[in-house]
Amino acid sequence: MREKNISEERKKYLRQIKKNKILVVLTRLAIVIVFIAGWEILANIGVIDSFIASSPTRIWNTFINLSSSDLMMHVGVTCLETLIGFTLGTILGIAIAIVLWWSKFLSKVLEPFLVILNSLPKVALGPVIIIWVGAGMPAIITMALLISLIVTVMEILNGFLETDKEKIKMAQTFNANKFQTLTKIIIPANIPTFFNSLKVNIGLSLVGVITGEFLVSKAGLGYLIVYGGQVFQLDLVMTGVIILAIVAAIMYQAVVITERIIVKRS
Amino acid sequence: MKNILELKNIGKKYQAKNGEIEALKNINLKVQEGEFVSIIGPSGCGKSTLLSIIAGLEKQTAGEIYKNGEIGYMLQTDSLLPWRTIYKNVLFGLEVRKIKTSENEKYVQELLKKYNLYEFKEKYPSQLSGGMRQRVALIRTLATRPSILLLDEAFSALDYQTRIMVTNDIFQILKNEKITAIMVTHDISEAISMSDRVVVLTNRPGTVKKIHKIDFEMENRNPINCRESPKFSKYFDTIWKELDVHA
Repeated sequence: MREKNISEERKKYLRQIKKNKILVVLTRLAIVIVFIAGWEILANIGVIDSFIASSPTRIWNTFINLSSSDLMMHVGVTCLETLIGFTLGTILGIAIAIVLWWSKFLSKVLEPFLVILNSLPKVALGPVIIIWVGAGMPAIITMALLISLIVTVMEILNGFLETDKEKIKMAQTFNANKFQTLTKIIIPANIPTFFNSLKVNIGLSLVGVITGEFLVSKAGLGYLIVYGGQVFQLDLVMTGVIILAIVAAIMYQAVVITERIIVKRS
Repeated sequence: MKNILELKNIGKKYQAKNGEIEALKNINLKVQEGEFVSIIGPSGCGKSTLLSIIAGLEKQTAGEIYKNGEIGYMLQTDSLLPWRTIYKNVLFGLEVRKIKTSENEKYVQELLKKYNLYEFKEKYPSQLSGGMRQRVALIRTLATRPSILLLDEAFSALDYQTRIMVTNDIFQILKNEKITAIMVTHDISEAISMSDRVVVLTNRPGTVKKIHKIDFEMENRNPINCRESPKFSKYFDTIWKELDVHA
C-alpha cells in the first residue's frame, strides 16, 4: 500500500524495521570478520598450527594460484555433474510420482521398497555403481540421481495426495477425467511443492556429486578436496570447501529466484 | 408441471473393513421444474450422499434415478482455484467439458456483468470477499447451463450477515435463470426461507420422514422478507420438533 500522508507513528514503525534489518546484516558481517581475523591472528602467533588448520591468507593464495591454473575447470565439472543429476532427478522424480498417483495399486505395491530405498545410505551402493556404469562422470551422475530421486518421488507424491479434496471434487462435478484432474488441479496446486523439492534436491544432488567425486573422479571440487587431503595440503582442502559453499549458495539462490519469477501471485 | 427429477427407492450401503453402513434407505422424491427443494436432517443422515448420488459422483446401491436435465453442483466451499483469475475460474467447467465456445464465453461475461463481478474478472480469488467468491462459484456452475442445481451446504462457510445476503442473491439468480434447485442444509431457517418444499430425513439410514410444502402466500417472496411472515416461525417449530434433536 502506497500512502502519501504517512503518520508519525507509521514513520517511526518503518524506521524501527529498517534499523532492525541493518543491525542483523551488520552483526552477520561482524561474525564473519571476527572469525576470519581471529583465525588469521591465531595462526600468525602460532596458537593454531596453520599446517593442519590453514589460514585465510594461505587459502587466498591457494585460490589465486588455482584461478590461474585449473580451478574454473574443477568448478565447472562439479556444476555440470550437479546440474545433470539435478535435472534428471527432478524430471524422473515428478514422472514417477505422477505414475504412482495415477495407480493406487502400484503405489501400494511399491511403498515398502520406497521406504527401504529411502533409508538406505546410497553411498553404500558406490562400488556397485562403479562396476556397473564405470568409474567416471556417469558414475558420479548416477550417485547424485540415486541420492535425490527417492526423496523427490516421496515428497511430490505426498504433495499430490494432500491436494485439497474439495477442489478435486469440484473438478469432478464438471465430470473431469483423471488426466484433467491431474493437469488442471493436481499439478498447478503443487507448484509450491515442486519448488520445495527443487530446493532440497539441489543440495542433495551436490551431496551426491561430491560423494561420487570422492570415490572415482579425476576432476571436480570433490576430487580437489580429497586430493588435498591425501597430499596433506589443508590449504587446498579448505579452499575447496569454501568454493563449494559458495557454489551451493549460488545454486540455491538460483532456484529461489526462479520460484519468485514463476510464482508471482501471493 | 413436469417432473425434472425423480428418485425411486434410492438406497446406499457403504462397505468398510469393520462392517456395512446403510446410509440411505428407500428414498422417494419427485422434483418439479423450477422448484426449490431443501433436504434437511440430523447430521450424518446421508443428505450429502444423496446429492452425490443425484450428481452421479457416487452410485446408489438400490433404486433408480430419472433425470431430465443437466446437473450443476455447488459445494460447501467455493473451491476457487487460487492460481486462476476470476474469469479463468468461471471458465473452468466449460474448459473441462470442452465446450468453451465464444457463445458460451459471451454468456459467462453477461452473467459476470449481471451479478456485478465483471470489473473483478482479472483479479485473483484471494482479493475477493467470501460472499463475492461464492457468487463466482455459482457463475462457474451456471456457465455450463444446468437446469438442476444441487447445493451442498453451499453457504455454511460464510458468516451470518454475508450468508443472508448471499442466499438472497442466489435465490434471485436462480429464479431469474429459472433453475430447479435441491439444497442440502442443516439450517432450518435457511431451508424454510428459500424453499417451496422441505424434505425432512430421519437418522441413519436416512429415509424421508416428511415433506413440508412451504407457502407464505405473499407476492415477490424472497429469503429475507418471508422471515417476517407469522407462518415462518410455525414452520420452524414443526420442523424443529420433527428433527428430534438431542443435545
